Amino acid sequence: MIKQCDNVIVQSVSRFLTPFILLFALYVIAHGHYSPGGGFQGGCILGASFILSMIAYDIAEVKRRMTEKMNTVLTGVGVLIYAGIGFICLLLGANYLDYGVLAEILPVGTAKARALGTFGIEIGVGITVMAVMVSIFLNLASGGEHEEGSVE
Amino acid sequence: MIWQLDFIILIMVVICAVAAINVKDLLSSAIILGAYSFLMCLLWTGMGAVDVAFTEAAVGAGISTAFFIGAIFQTTRRTND
Repeated sequence: MIKQCDNVIVQSVSRFLTPFILLFALYVIAHGHYSPGGGFQGGCILGASFILSMIAYDIAEVKRRMTEKMNTVLTGVGVLIYAGIGFICLLLGANYLDYGVLAEILPVGTAKARALGTFGIEIGVGITVMAVMVSIFLNLASGGEHEEGSVE
Repeated sequence: MIWQLDFIILIMVVICAVAAINVKDLLSSAIILGAYSFLMCLLWTGMGAVDVAFTEAAVGAGISTAFFIGAIFQTTRRTND
């Protein structure tokens, strides 16, 4: 079981580092179509920031901020964003995930619509990967019993 | 990439892979596997596959090491075989 670590250095460094990890993850997701990275890597880094707090503090502390229900909802929401953008393209008469036709409903040109469509996909993938990573770690570290994870 | 550097990294990859299997302490094994992932990440970068290297660094060296450590909390630290 992961119990609360009472080392002040570990706690304050993790507290100090978490915003920078989140910022870097958002950078990776937002620049996924210009540079290396993308939804999957950014989502992994987002999940890693939660896992860092779980290791440095304890699971109950993190679950107060991100509950099990919210985690499950986020998993679904990410997939919904991904599939929703695909189906919007389908409804507009193009192929699944053919972002070019999004220009009909967005006030931008075809090329910009493709970039925005890819960006939306990256956001969906990032949210799902983050929620799934947190959920896997929660299940592993607490032995499947989420309520018992904080007890030593 | 400079072939001497490539060669040194490849040797270290093999050493890390063999050590991760043979070491008796599970926590050390997880950390050595993280080092293996990081060396593989350096190799991918040298080959110009930056996206693969990024994935290897984020997933192999970052998340999966945390998963292994979380799993080791559930069991004993030393192997029996």
